[in-house]
Amino acid sequence: MQASDFKSDQYVRFCPGCGDHAICMALQKAMAQIGIPTHQVAVISGIGCSSRMPHYLNTYGFNTIHGRGGAVATGVKTSHPELTVWQMSGDGDCFAIGGNHFIHEIRRNVDLNVCVFNNRIYGLTKGQYSPTSPKGFVSKSSPFGTVERPFIPAQLVLGARGTFFARTLDVDMPTTVDCMVAAQQHKGCSIVECLVNCVIFNNGTHAWIADREQRAEHSIILKHGQKMIFGKDNDKGLAVEIDPVTFVPKMIVVPADDPRVLVHDAHQEDTTLHRMLALMGQEDHDLPIALGVIRDVEAESYDEAVNKQIADVRAASKAKTFDELTATLESWEM
Amino acid sequence: MQLTGNMFAQLGAELGHEISTLPDFPAEIRAPQGTIGGVSGFQLQLGSEVYTPGDKADVIVAMNAAALKVSAQSKHFHEHAIIIVDTDSLTDKDLEKALYKTDNPFTELAIPETVQIVPVALTTLTKEALKESEMDNKSILKCRNMFALGLIYWLFDEPMDKAIHLLEDKFKKKPALIAPNTKVMVDGYNYGQNLALSINQIRLDSVESGKLKVERGRYTSIAGNKATSWGLIAAAEKAGKHLFLGSYPITPATDILHELAARKDMNVMAIQAEDEIAGVCTAIGAAFAGDLACTTTSGPGLSLKSEAIGLAVMAELPLVVVDVQRGGPSTGLPTKTEQTDLLQALYGRNGECPAVVLAASSSANCFDFAYEACKIALENMTPVILMTDTYLANGTGLWRIPSMAELPEIHPQSVPAELKGHFNPALRDERGVRYWAYPGMEGYEHRNIGLERDAERGAISTNPENHEKMVLARKHKIEQIAERIPDLKVQGKADSDTLLVGWGSTEGHLHAAANALNCALAQFNYICPLPKNTRELLSQYKRIIVCELNTGQFAAYLRGQFPDIKMEQYNEIMGQPFAVERIVEYASK
Repeated sequence: MQASDFKSDQYVRFCPGCGDHAICMALQKAMAQIGIPTHQVAVISGIGCSSRMPHYLNTYGFNTIHGRGGAVATGVKTSHPELTVWQMSGDGDCFAIGGNHFIHEIRRNVDLNVCVFNNRIYGLTKGQYSPTSPKGFVSKSSPFGTVERPFIPAQLVLGARGTFFARTLDVDMPTTVDCMVAAQQHKGCSIVECLVNCVIFNNGTHAWIADREQRAEHSIILKHGQKMIFGKDNDKGLAVEIDPVTFVPKMIVVPADDPRVLVHDAHQEDTTLHRMLALMGQEDHDLPIALGVIRDVEAESYDEAVNKQIADVRAASKAKTFDELTATLESWEM
Repeated sequence: MQLTGNMFAQLGAELGHEISTLPDFPAEIRAPQGTIGGVSGFQLQLGSEVYTPGDKADVIVAMNAAALKVSAQSKHFHEHAIIIVDTDSLTDKDLEKALYKTDNPFTELAIPETVQIVPVALTTLTKEALKESEMDNKSILKCRNMFALGLIYWLFDEPMDKAIHLLEDKFKKKPALIAPNTKVMVDGYNYGQNLALSINQIRLDSVESGKLKVERGRYTSIAGNKATSWGLIAAAEKAGKHLFLGSYPITPATDILHELAARKDMNVMAIQAEDEIAGVCTAIGAAFAGDLACTTTSGPGLSLKSEAIGLAVMAELPLVVVDVQRGGPSTGLPTKTEQTDLLQALYGRNGECPAVVLAASSSANCFDFAYEACKIALENMTPVILMTDTYLANGTGLWRIPSMAELPEIHPQSVPAELKGHFNPALRDERGVRYWAYPGMEGYEHRNIGLERDAERGAISTNPENHEKMVLARKHKIEQIAERIPDLKVQGKADSDTLLVGWGSTEGHLHAAANALNCALAQFNYICPLPKNTRELLSQYKRIIVCELNTGQFAAYLRGQFPDIKMEQYNEIMGQPFAVERIVEYASK
């Protein structure tokens, strides 16, 4: 299949220069690579710039209400596990108004592919701070700077017992496509945090890694089974050091040929390393920001478990129809 | 007390009496026993022409001093009523707990002398009955209710063999409790017989006595919430659809979630969502994917679901929303009954947002209207809000069990094959109902939205004329449903000058009131749209009294529809069903 098979007839209305254009194209590419026919794919969204995405995809789509895409998607997937279900959301839709549905779809491990477009701003309502805006961020609704601590999406995902977390960047098309394909291959709730630029209201929010010159030094693309190497000349590696007094482990940058350089294991059940990797570069810029699939572990999905339980109970039950059910009642003729 | 009441009701129903019950319990799970706030009651009427759980009791069983006080103060008993009271539970400590001021509760409560007080040492007698058992004291005391039940069975001359059979069935999961409870119940019965309580036994009309006329068939007793659940199950099977429930626990609707979660044998998918909004939104997701989708709640939950119901209106998806009303506003009276969500169901959404509103009017017909709600939703691609309430939900009634074959056909909206390859979600049939295609169907891929859509192409549109056109299209879609709903029939004396008007759960009380007043009654089950003959029917009466358990919501709605028709209103808002006698008193003025 071709990416063009997944393009709808709708004119794409993202602002010129918006990072969402790139994500849209990456998604069409990824869907073509995955190869599931358009009629077996449902793309569910809430409200926001990101949530316009279903209109541009030639699959089944449902652009619902603010924050509720996760709950609607849970209903679609659980009732029809044979469908491939994607959810498109943003930092406001997912982490503010839809926060509850977000953590519960992760906790239940519903087999959804969730792309969260994180531009750290409310774009469609014209520029208010979001739950991921850094403290002190000046916006129309925070003219003197925010006083709030932001969410770090990865922490939320791991805190909700997430089985899959990947992070990508709008300008890095290959990594975005890889993350989306991996999300589809993972059985369970797959969260892909897409760092996107809002050219109108928060231009350059991810410049520290989006800038082509600096990206290699400021980010690391993690790949399962490969050494954690980064840098313009691939000369740096990541290792863990344990503080001898507090016993708190921390990530450190070492030369690429240092024997302590870690090999990425995305399938590790334990979250300790995944958490440390995901938190790099989130609050300060001492360490590179991790991109790629950070966590990808197996667990039974909710939709699978719900349907299995129904099938098991039904198989063991004598009454399977309404008439058979009413026949089991204590009743009498009158 | 709830168990005892339910057992008596079930036995009554099995013996062919008509029954109507009203469980009345505190909101707290373990409210302090012996205090006024902790009294758990169960009201029951049986016999023939039973339309309500009754205004005034013939027999009261007071298990402790607090229950005696609550019963006496309510004055809900006849002047020649019998009050059976456990004398072991009238100690100084008991009286103190129930806030009596003197040590003679009967005098203090000023119970009329015509009332016959029957003091029975229930606790002592129960202990005596089980003295040879190896049960501990606490377990023995739990059997006290059965002594009272046995005594009641004697009083109403009920056959003990059937009563014992029923008890065995009730306790079949706890077989160790069958023998002691049976012993206590039979001792209670014999106590009545042997000590020849100086009271007359009460004989009830039943089918066998020939005084009760019912449609022939197989019957059972059923609570409203269970009837609702089964109506949904039956509709799904008839429609050939998978039943999906997205719900969140809320009193008094939770029993529907319980029942449907247990009905995996019927292929029901019941999801306990993270909140009320997720309850309705998962259901909307399932409807989008082609299922018969439902959500169940009570007033506070309906408020939370408003925006999502608007989405279902806009996306034109079938959805059944069951609102088991309780006392409001806010948390209000969670375990009490009221009809105060009507205007919320009709209008409680942003924008011009019409949905179908139905109301069940007995515990048993919760089945019929749950079924009807599904039929209307699936055939007309619209949310349907079904209103029941605490009184119907927890109360039980006699239900004639229908067979699948006799239930009306359901034809879910589909999509013509010629639209394959150029489908869009704005395309409608000649009734104005949009076609239904869903994921998995090849060639019908489309994008559905909560945004306004273009009337022809189905894509997002902000065109002014288009918006007006779409608002009217959605309105028309609901209005045309009136063509397929039955005309409203008047009950009682149709050619009277006076018409009582009610809706939903008040049918029994209003029917009894209309009989007493020798006037007519129009009880509405279809609220939006109204039956087509509503105007014609109302116009025939000189005096119309709209009776509701709120401050006049249905009256306001009817006045809005028929501003030229004059209506009075009678309202009670005490968290309880109507008292027939008060309606009669008002209407006789």
